[in-house]
Amino acid sequence: MPEPILRLAGVHTNIQRYHILQGVDLEVPRGGVTMLLGRNGVGKTTTLRTIVGLWRAHRGNLTYDGADITRLPTPAIARAGIGFVPEDMGIFADLTVEENMRLAAVSGDIDTARLDWLFTIFPPLKTFWSGAAGNLSGGQKQMLSIARAMVEERRLYLIDEPTKGLAPAIVATLLRALRDLKDQGASILLVEQNFAVARALGDTCAVMDDGRIIWAGAMADLAADAGLQERLIGLSMEAA
Amino acid sequence: MTAAPDHTPTMERLTLAQQIEPWIPALLVPALIVLGFIAIPAQSSWLTLTVSGLAMGMMIFIMASGLTVVFGLMDVINFGHGAFVSVGAFVGVTVLLLLPQLTGAPSLLANLLALVLAIAGAVVATALMGWGFERVIVMPVYGAHLKQILVTMGGLIIAEQLILVIWGPDEIFLTRPETLKGAVTFMGAAIEKYRLVAVAFGLVLFAAMIWVLRSTRIGLIVRAGVENGEMVEALGYRLRVVFVLVFVAGSALAGLGGVMWALYQEVVTAHMGQEILILVFIVVIIGGLGSVEGCFIGALLVGLLQNYVAFLEPKLALVSNIGLMMIILLWRPQGMMPVVKAK
Repeated sequence: MPEPILRLAGVHTNIQRYHILQGVDLEVPRGGVTMLLGRNGVGKTTTLRTIVGLWRAHRGNLTYDGADITRLPTPAIARAGIGFVPEDMGIFADLTVEENMRLAAVSGDIDTARLDWLFTIFPPLKTFWSGAAGNLSGGQKQMLSIARAMVEERRLYLIDEPTKGLAPAIVATLLRALRDLKDQGASILLVEQNFAVARALGDTCAVMDDGRIIWAGAMADLAADAGLQERLIGLSMEAA
Repeated sequence: MTAAPDHTPTMERLTLAQQIEPWIPALLVPALIVLGFIAIPAQSSWLTLTVSGLAMGMMIFIMASGLTVVFGLMDVINFGHGAFVSVGAFVGVTVLLLLPQLTGAPSLLANLLALVLAIAGAVVATALMGWGFERVIVMPVYGAHLKQILVTMGGLIIAEQLILVIWGPDEIFLTRPETLKGAVTFMGAAIEKYRLVAVAFGLVLFAAMIWVLRSTRIGLIVRAGVENGEMVEALGYRLRVVFVLVFVAGSALAGLGGVMWALYQEVVTAHMGQEILILVFIVVIIGGLGSVEGCFIGALLVGLLQNYVAFLEPKLALVSNIGLMMIILLWRPQGMMPVVKAK
């Protein structure tokens, strides 16, 4: 069994006086998609933000690719090869699409072959390349947010609810993009509320409740057991 | 791989009002100049006041530009900014007083060399001071506005007292370099040479700042950081380091503005930074926090209005810019060209 690319051991995170993560134990295997599921407000977003250091773990350890990143600042974590797509997409509205992409290429210029590949997946980015990102539609912003994370090769992607509020055609495109990333050998930790998306994409799965992981295993096992789904996730999930 | 659905956007024909709308703040400057032309009876007086107002505006812009970016980038309210203006002025004037052979020579080259050396001295001194100020005074109070106001105000008071200790309690009078003295006559108006130099210098500096912000990587990081600093860090950039650089550059610009202001007023006092700080804050607020372009337009409006009103109705000169701020904030509560902040 290869070493997981990311391991959280007993992670606690407080936001002011709220104790959000209450001992999260999570492993993200290399080269697969791990779905992080759970009701609203159980700590999924906090988990991602704690991994990238935007909120600090008060207790516990985070190990990425064998190295302890618990106390590393956010920029160092990002430069270690972790791409982050936040729930609010984090688009720079006053910057153009091009400037958003150039900013994400932290090592220098954008690789043109990779950019062409991204344009084939997300043609609207080419159409609006010189326009202000703030003028894009919701779906186009999400495309930009994910393309920005993909503009350079990363080993691990943390993606927070990318399909929220998007039309089925856009969701299908995002799914294919993420599957393509997986095929290239990247590891993905994906927070998702849409169980159909989770089932279509996930290899492994972790379910959160009250700031803890309450179940972890193969996505196929969860997808095949309606009773387990009902017990772990309840009715807040969208219908498959 | 199937591509995302694409579509060609349908472009509506914009009405004239919609086409003009983004340019309204920039149009306010020529509009005010035209208003001044109508209100001021003598054309020569109007021309003199206009150049004077533009020169004043350029100098206020130089002093305010750093402050607006510092606020936009790290949400830091720095009331100590005036200290850099005062220290820059004193250092610059000291350099000028040490170079009488250059300032007194009837040679433009020698005079400009003296000016460059004075500016260089002021910029280096205030940049170093800015670095220390950020490390010692600002860094411990990130995210706490009330503490920032109190502690940076304290820093300003300490800096003023240190000026009194080093340079003494008396104000220092100075004369401009030989070739920058006097005025040129144009269309019957006497226009001071130094004001023309200040206008030209301000324009060059504004263009340079816009070039840095629009065309360089550090500019891109700063603009993104003003909008959403957290995301910039998540992309891999150390925003704290960028902020220190911006703070140091902003302090140096304030010092530069201080030298120019000293030569404009031909006198320096320990409190000059504090006095100009009111106008600097008005400019930052009406421009839109974090916006260099808004700051530039705001500074020109403040400079022009101050000069026109002081000529037409001297008693109203002091309140004219407060009135301008009120009107602009009633029209655009976030300032003329606010930077979109991430929620």
